[in-house]
Amino acid sequence: MSKTTTMKQAVSAAVDDGDSIYLAGFTHLIPFAAGHEIIRQGYTGLEVARATPDLIYDQLIAAGCVSKVTFSWAGNPGVGSLHAFRRAAEDGVPNEIELEEYTHFGMTTRVYAGAVDLPFVPLKTFAGSDLPAHNDNIRPVESPFSDEEVYAVPPLKPDVAVVRGQRADEDGNVHLWGIPGEHKEAALAADTVVLSVEEIVDESVIRSDPNRTLVTADDVDHVVEEPYGSHPSYAQGYYDRDNDAYLNWDDVSRTHEDTQAWLDEWVYGVENRAEYIRKLSSDRLLDLQAGNAYSTAVNMGEN
Amino acid sequence: MDYTDTELMVVKAAEQLQDGDSVLVGIGVPNLAANLAKRTHAPDLRMIYESGTIDSNPSSLPLSIGDPVLASGAASLESLHGGFNYYLQAGRIDAGFLGGAQIDKHGNINSTVIGDYDDPDVRLPGSGGACEIASNVERTIITTPHQRQRFPEEVDFITSPGFIDGEGARERHGLREGGPVAVITDMAVMGFEDCEMVVESLHPGVEREDVQEKTGWDIAFADDVTETEPPTEAELRLIREELDPDGVYL
Repeated sequence: MSKTTTMKQAVSAAVDDGDSIYLAGFTHLIPFAAGHEIIRQGYTGLEVARATPDLIYDQLIAAGCVSKVTFSWAGNPGVGSLHAFRRAAEDGVPNEIELEEYTHFGMTTRVYAGAVDLPFVPLKTFAGSDLPAHNDNIRPVESPFSDEEVYAVPPLKPDVAVVRGQRADEDGNVHLWGIPGEHKEAALAADTVVLSVEEIVDESVIRSDPNRTLVTADDVDHVVEEPYGSHPSYAQGYYDRDNDAYLNWDDVSRTHEDTQAWLDEWVYGVENRAEYIRKLSSDRLLDLQAGNAYSTAVNMGEN
Repeated sequence: MDYTDTELMVVKAAEQLQDGDSVLVGIGVPNLAANLAKRTHAPDLRMIYESGTIDSNPSSLPLSIGDPVLASGAASLESLHGGFNYYLQAGRIDAGFLGGAQIDKHGNINSTVIGDYDDPDVRLPGSGGACEIASNVERTIITTPHQRQRFPEEVDFITSPGFIDGEGARERHGLREGGPVAVITDMAVMGFEDCEMVVESLHPGVEREDVQEKTGWDIAFADDVTETEPPTEAELRLIREELDPDGVYL
């Protein structure tokens, strides 16, 4: 059954004020288009989670959409600090945010526990660090089989996850290649899943290479074809990271006023991602185009 | 041949890696060090990045941990959880690089907050994968500028455990054996004796007093402190012409 829709409709149907939201992706295939649509629709009190709340979360925080951030590393990857995140954490601008902090393994284990519906998952990390003292969701547990003690974390089950892939069929069977991040765990842990892809393709394309499938249609609620939906982050095989945009964010986000002006121009000032892309110069997009390096075809055999 | 502090740090960090090691690499100095080691004495080094790229062979300088050059041509790409689970937690990684805002004499690292956790003076990025790297690899190598505020006697917050409060502490906490083996700064190379930092070599032109002045406790010096061997021309050429031709990190 086709679930294709627009980002505007998908976000409107999936998100409510106060929801917990997981915009998946570890530096690669970050759902910027979905994040901008959430800002445009003006949600508040969102409890956002991701291992790496990068620029899109900084923008959501600056826009006043966020009341809580659950995370393990809050920075501008390869560049420096997240200034809106720091303003909110240090000075309560534009509003106070609650922080719930993990490590990457702790955070992704929570999402994994959510995906497989376990009440907790033990892990070997946190011992000797000060993190457990500041987070009640990191607790010591004794092995039922030995006297070993490890820490455990509870499942994270967001109300809404937005995940990206390169291509999907209309039902939501989706292919992802390159760095997988935690898109799969987030999709399987969430109640409602918005899938955003560079291209909608025929079902036969997906079924020709099922090893590449991230999640299947069963776990996807809305399918959005959104070319350049991850700009300025990258989409392997489609476009590279727009590093100038990451460097530029470090400048514009240093004051709340400049940040608002940027949001006015690039988020509130455009109707949708297509208009945002038209606003970027074509030269800039051409510079980001990926060259061709095809993987060797795989023979799936035929009976 | 002249060289920068960063180039010297890259070369000294590269020397900490052995051929055949699996190493968890970060962006910046660690990435340059690992790639230099691979092109010199450690051709069979396996470079693993936090983003889950296994045995990366970057053809150019990666600008972030998710740079496509780390994914293209890697031996495998793991999910974020899979990399930490199958590789780090299971003990498949020999060495890892760490940095941080504060490092204490036991090699504990703070990358979380300066000041009080609930009312911080400075909110830093947080652990990322640093805590599990520090907990699960055999040897961690720390690279950092040498400044007094970075080397307090005690860190404000232990993000990533080194030797915690000294001998036997890792074992008491159920951590893997291991811990930091080297702290490489723009002034000196330090190792650890009895779980405490010890200066092993001073960079050319640096005196003991200079290091002491930039360190927040009475730092120990090895019996045979040497002068750090400067980079060779071949190493500098590799760094400048092949690894970071635009001088992004140099």
